Amino acid sequence: MKRQTLLSASLAALAGLAVADALPAQASPRAFVSNERDHTMSVVDMESLKVLQTVKTGRRPRGITASPDGKLIYVCASDDNRVEVYDAATLKLVKTLRSGPDPELFVLHPSGNPLYIANEDDNMVTVVNVENNDLIAEIPVGVEPEGMGISPDGKYMVNTSETTNMAHVVDTATNEIIENILVDSRPRIAEFSKDGKQLWVSSEVGGTVAVIDPATWKIVKKISFKIPGVNNDAIQPVGVRITKDGSKAFIALGPANRVAVVNTKTLEVEKYLLVGQRVWQLGFTPDEKFLVSTNGNSNDVSIIDVASEKVTKSVPVGRAPWGVVIVP
Amino acid sequence: MEMPMRLKAGATGAALLAMACLALPAVAQEAAPPLAAPKAAAPIAPGQTFNIGVVRQLPEPPPWVAPLQMPPDDLGIAGAQLGLRDNLTSGRFLKLDYKLTSETVPTEGDPLAAAQKLVEAGNRFILLDVPPDQLLRIADALKDTDTILVNVGATDDRLRQQDCRANVFHIAPSRAMLTDALAQFLISKRWRNWFLMVGRTDNDKLYADAVRHSATKFGAKIVAEKTWDYGPDARATAQSEVPRGTQVGEYDMLIVADELGEFGDILPYNTWLSRPIAGTQGLMPLSWHPTMENWGASQLQSRFFKQSGRLMQPLDFQMWEGVFAIGSAGLKTRSSDPAKVRAQMLSPDYDLPVFKGVAASFRPWDHQLRQPILLTHATNTVTLSPQQGFLHQVTPLDTLGVDKPETLCKFQ
Repeated sequence: MKRQTLLSASLAALAGLAVADALPAQASPRAFVSNERDHTMSVVDMESLKVLQTVKTGRRPRGITASPDGKLIYVCASDDNRVEVYDAATLKLVKTLRSGPDPELFVLHPSGNPLYIANEDDNMVTVVNVENNDLIAEIPVGVEPEGMGISPDGKYMVNTSETTNMAHVVDTATNEIIENILVDSRPRIAEFSKDGKQLWVSSEVGGTVAVIDPATWKIVKKISFKIPGVNNDAIQPVGVRITKDGSKAFIALGPANRVAVVNTKTLEVEKYLLVGQRVWQLGFTPDEKFLVSTNGNSNDVSIIDVASEKVTKSVPVGRAPWGVVIVP
Repeated sequence: MEMPMRLKAGATGAALLAMACLALPAVAQEAAPPLAAPKAAAPIAPGQTFNIGVVRQLPEPPPWVAPLQMPPDDLGIAGAQLGLRDNLTSGRFLKLDYKLTSETVPTEGDPLAAAQKLVEAGNRFILLDVPPDQLLRIADALKDTDTILVNVGATDDRLRQQDCRANVFHIAPSRAMLTDALAQFLISKRWRNWFLMVGRTDNDKLYADAVRHSATKFGAKIVAEKTWDYGPDARATAQSEVPRGTQVGEYDMLIVADELGEFGDILPYNTWLSRPIAGTQGLMPLSWHPTMENWGASQLQSRFFKQSGRLMQPLDFQMWEGVFAIGSAGLKTRSSDPAKVRAQMLSPDYDLPVFKGVAASFRPWDHQLRQPILLTHATNTVTLSPQQGFLHQVTPLDTLGVDKPETLCKFQ
C-alpha cells in the first residue's frame, strides 16, 4: 500500500518534470504561487489563466520572489529551514540556500544579491549571498520578524517584527539597525514606493497601514479601512503593492476578503475590490496590467485588472496559497 | 555541516550586537536568560525598568491526576518567563528593561505575605494566580501602593462583578466568558438540549451557574441536571456506574462542570446514550491549548517549547499575556510609572495581539481582557468563539461574558 503510494508519487513527479521540460521557454508571463498547506508551488499562465504545472516544494512554502531578470524563483520552505531556488523556465530545483530557522519572508537586494531573510522563530534577519551561499550577517531584530522591504536604491532594508510591533530600518552598508518605528499590532509587510519616497507598513491586527517618510522615518499617516457590512475586526491588512508610477497602492485585507485601492497622493481609500477568502499577498504582472491576490481560505487566486480596478477571474490553485511572484 | 554554521552564526550575531550597541542590560535573576549574554550594558534609567512580580499559590491537588495531565513544576511561571523574553527583545530597541521575580506559595501558605515582599522589593506590576478570597485580600492590602495587579488565574465572575477592584486587571477569562463561548458554538450547531452534570466542589457549582446563565442568554435548554456523587475516584467502576447515572432521557450534549478533573474524563464512551461531552472536559472552552496554531500561534508555541521543553498550557499563556500586556503598554509609555501604564492599558487604542486573529483589549467597566476563546478537545482546536452571527454594537468579543449594561462592578 505504502510502496504503491510512493511509487505513484514518484511517477507523478517524473511526469511533472517531463512536462516542465516541454514548456516553451518564451511563453506569456507566469505567476508562481506558493501553497503553504500542500507544500507545492502553482505555476499559472497569465494569458490563458490556466495552471500549467504544480511543482512539489519543501515543506510549508511561504515567501516567494524572483531574481531581477525573472530567471530564478526563490521560495522560503519554512518547515525545512531553507530557501529553494528554482529555474523559472524548467521549474527544476537549481539549489538550496541556507536561511536560518523558520524562514517566512525575504527580500532580494535590487541588484539581485544578497537575500535578506526573516527568521520568524529566531528574532533574526539572516543575510545570505545567493551566489555562494555564504552567511553575510545575522541582524538581531524584534520578536517574530516577518515583513521585508528594501528601498529601490538598496540602501535601506526594513524588517517588521510581528510581536514587537516595530519596523526596524537597517543600513545595508553596515547591516546595523538605524531606526525603530513603532506601528500598530502585528506588522506584516514593508513596501517602498518605486521613487523611494514612501514606506508602507501594514498592521494585520491593528487594522491599519502606516505610511512613513524615509527622509525622517516618521509616520505621515495611518490609513484605516471601513467596509459596510464587514466587522472591523475582520479587516486585517497584509499584502501591499504600489504601482511603478506611484499613483495607486493595493492593500490585501485578509479575512475582509477585499483588496483596498488607495490613492498615494491623498492617502485615501478609493475602492474595495471583492476577492477570495482571507486574501494574503499580492503580485503585479511585469507590465502591471494585472494584479494577482492569493486567497488562503478559498484556495484560489483572484486576477485584478489594474486599469479598470475590477476583479476579472479567480483561478483555483493549491491549498492555502500564501505568496505570489510573476515573471515575464 | 550544521555545527560550523551555527558557530559562525553565533559569533557574527554577537559581534553585530556589540557593534550596534544593542547590548542588553544586565538581567539579575535566573528567571530571565534572554538572547546573547550582555557585553557592555548601557545604564537604563529606573523609570524605564519594569519590575514584574508573580505570585502563584499551588492549588489543592485533585484526588487523582491522569498521567497525561500531570501539572509541570513551572506551570504558569514558564509563560511569564517567555513574556519577559519577548518584552526584552522588543524593549531593547527603546532602551527599556524588564525584570521578573516569581514567588510560589504552598497550598497552605499566605500569598499576601509573598505579594507584600514583592512590592517592598520595588515590583510595581504583580501577576496573581491565587484563590479569589486571597486575591481580594491582596488587592485591598496593596490599595495604596501604586501597584498594578493582574489576575492571571482566577475565573470567578464575582471578581469582575460585585467584588471588582480598581487596582486589578483580569487576564484569565471569567467562567461566564468560557461558558458563553461554548454556548454560542453549541447553538450554532443546533445542539440546544443540554444535560448538566455538576461536581461536588463549590467551584463546580459556580461553573454550573455560568452554564445555566449562558443557556438562558443564548437560548439553550437544560433538560436534565445531576450532581456527581459517585465518590472521588470512580475510574475502576465507571463502565457500570456512568451508564446508570446518565439515564435521563433524550438530550443533545452532556455538559460537565468538574474543574478539579475528578470524573469528567471518565464520562466519554461510558454514557447511556451516544452523546458528546463538553464543558470542563470533552470539548473545552479555554484561553489556550497546544493544538492552537493559526494566526501565528504556532510561533508562540514553538518559542515556548524551545524555552521550556514542554507544551504551552492555558495558565502559561495567561501569564505570558499578563507580562506581555504590561510590556506592550510600556512600548507606548516608555515609562514604567504604573499610572501611565494603567492609562495606556485602558486607552481606546490599546490593542494586544494574542495570536487569535483579533486584538485583545481591556473592558473599562471591569478591567477584564476581552479575547477570543478556543473550543478544543484533547487533540484539536475545533473553533474559536465568538461565533459568526453573534453580533454586538461595539465588538463581537463583548458577546462573551458580562457586557457593560449588565455589569455590577463599581470601582471606588
